Amino acid sequence: MDPNVLEIQNLCVSFFTGEGETRAVNDVCFQIPRGKFLALVGESGCGKSVTSYSILRLIQKPGRITHGKILFHDTDGTTTDIAALSEKDDRLYDIRGNKISMIFQEPMTALSPVHTIGNQLCEVLYLHRKISKEEAEKKVIDMLGQVGIPAPERRFRQYPFELSGGMRQRVVIAMAMLSRPDLLIADEPTTALDVTIQAQVLALMKQLQEKTGNSVLLITHDLAVVAQVADYVAVMYLGRIIERGTVREIIKDPLHPYTFGLLRSLPGLRKNKSRLPSIRGTVPNLTDIPAGCPFHPRCDFMKEGLCDCGDVPPETDMGNGRMICCFRAAEIRKLLDEKRREDV
Amino acid sequence: MNTVTIDAFGGDRNRPPLLAVRELCKFFPIYSQGIFRRKLGDVKAVNQVSFDLYPNETRGLVGESGCGKSTTVRTILRALDFTSGHAYFNYGGPDQYVELGTLGSSELVELRKSMQMIFQDPFSSLNPRMTVGQIVSEPLQIHHLAKGSELEDRVDEMLREVGLRPEHKTRYPHAFSGGQRQRIGIARALIMNPKFVVADEAVSALDVSVQAQVINLLSDLKEQRGLSYIFVAHDLEVVRHICDRVAVMYAGRIVELAPTEELFENPHHPYTKLLLASAPVPDPDQRTLPPNPGEVADAGNLPKGCAFTPRCPLCCESCSETVPELKPINDHHWVACPFCTGER
Repeated sequence: MDPNVLEIQNLCVSFFTGEGETRAVNDVCFQIPRGKFLALVGESGCGKSVTSYSILRLIQKPGRITHGKILFHDTDGTTTDIAALSEKDDRLYDIRGNKISMIFQEPMTALSPVHTIGNQLCEVLYLHRKISKEEAEKKVIDMLGQVGIPAPERRFRQYPFELSGGMRQRVVIAMAMLSRPDLLIADEPTTALDVTIQAQVLALMKQLQEKTGNSVLLITHDLAVVAQVADYVAVMYLGRIIERGTVREIIKDPLHPYTFGLLRSLPGLRKNKSRLPSIRGTVPNLTDIPAGCPFHPRCDFMKEGLCDCGDVPPETDMGNGRMICCFRAAEIRKLLDEKRREDV
Repeated sequence: MNTVTIDAFGGDRNRPPLLAVRELCKFFPIYSQGIFRRKLGDVKAVNQVSFDLYPNETRGLVGESGCGKSTTVRTILRALDFTSGHAYFNYGGPDQYVELGTLGSSELVELRKSMQMIFQDPFSSLNPRMTVGQIVSEPLQIHHLAKGSELEDRVDEMLREVGLRPEHKTRYPHAFSGGQRQRIGIARALIMNPKFVVADEAVSALDVSVQAQVINLLSDLKEQRGLSYIFVAHDLEVVRHICDRVAVMYAGRIVELAPTEELFENPHHPYTKLLLASAPVPDPDQRTLPPNPGEVADAGNLPKGCAFTPRCPLCCESCSETVPELKPINDHHWVACPFCTGER
């Protein structure tokens, strides 16, 4: 069995609109090791959701996967390139919602308001298994109990509006976990929830992962959430992955100036009430990506003639599977240390 | 306008507050279905809320969604009418207060010049059919405070102050990013030279790197103009960074009032403790997600006595009989829990 459950190679996704081609995801590569928690982090519009949607082939017109491979390594040893499957391929139906399932951000819009909870959850089993009604009901109620819903028999017959936001998100998690997927994709699963409920939902996801051994791809913008649950982190900026590593490395010792800037601008890390160091400027539009390193107009370490022209910076291996895309990778540790000293 | 004198509450006894809220209540009636529309009860969105806001300080209002923090500030600004209670606003000289709850509409127009609001969503709070110039100058025109070239000059100056350029005046909101739109919203609120500004989740919709810029802008403007803010937020790290004093709300009531550092270092109320423990820490070596029980209270269907009892680790029988009052544990720290104030 392959050590990775999913491998993405040079994925490009474009949207073709009246203004021309917009590359939302550009040359993205990463792997998700079996049984591990990978977080894909970035600001809005960086392409993290588009990446996750393409894994399940949920990108709709005018968007299209233009290049690259999405290799799914099944437990039976077979490998499928999801990007190459046709829209109506049986294999795609077998993978989507069964081997790979997804939790969406808004628990209200992810559930049908006109079907009972039980109805919606049983559907997952009818679609992917040969199963009797009684058996399906038993399995669903058991799953609802596992995600911490009190009185699952009663909830089974209720509609989504009768549940609170946290409970609805638990139902969505139960739905995603019912088919015992190898990979669970969670797109901002706790953004719409309160902190207390967020803590519960994250703890639940972590606990289910440890119990069933599935892998998780977590899409989020919240670095604090990442620090709490992830094993590996990939940081995206303007459609590209600019830094990759283990959670401890990324959070404790960020190397790309963008990751460094993001972590520095978190208010919680500073005890004194001085000004927050922020990243200057704003995220540029995807139709107007700067030449050279896409981050150079906002970067404190930008070197004229090196960073602001030509092609994008190549991936540089920093040891231990750590990768950054920066023209000044060789001297970046020294530069960041100087910056840290300035702060003190 | 009649003026009154007031007693200090939940803060500094030697400093006169700019705004003193006393036992503010806002109830929304629930009616039965059908033609007779019998009144069934009330949603007690804001119940007996009291706090002080001091000149040139930021008062944080935190709590989970539905706890009544937005309703509180909207009622103070008279966007909603008071059900009962008072809000005294310092106006027309030291120790002179007007009662906001009973003002007539012409007096209210006069006072609204000194009270402004910044909204959460920078997308829906700006009219897409108005240019930035029109949006920012509208308050001045409504109050007949400036016209012609003076109006133009004041708008230009205001835009510069919030980090935009005068040439942005002719553009429409859609041409701006989220962070820039929030700056437009801030310019619109501050062009009136208000004494206090309500920021209702003003930075929660922004990305981390931009959020830090807007937080810095808000604190710069506070210093330069001697502003006071009521800062409604659910992000505790942001609150800790910019607030001087914090009020924690639960189910329509204030459960704890304290200076920011004291609240974060030494929380007393079990709900404040739960809230602080649930906030994820951006440090992978401190994984402390508590699988805490309980759900956010439903303001339309509150338990008897203390609303926090179903989630409270301390609660005993007498908690569900009487509603605990907000009582001081020292000069400036108030808690609504009999266990914390030493009564039980």
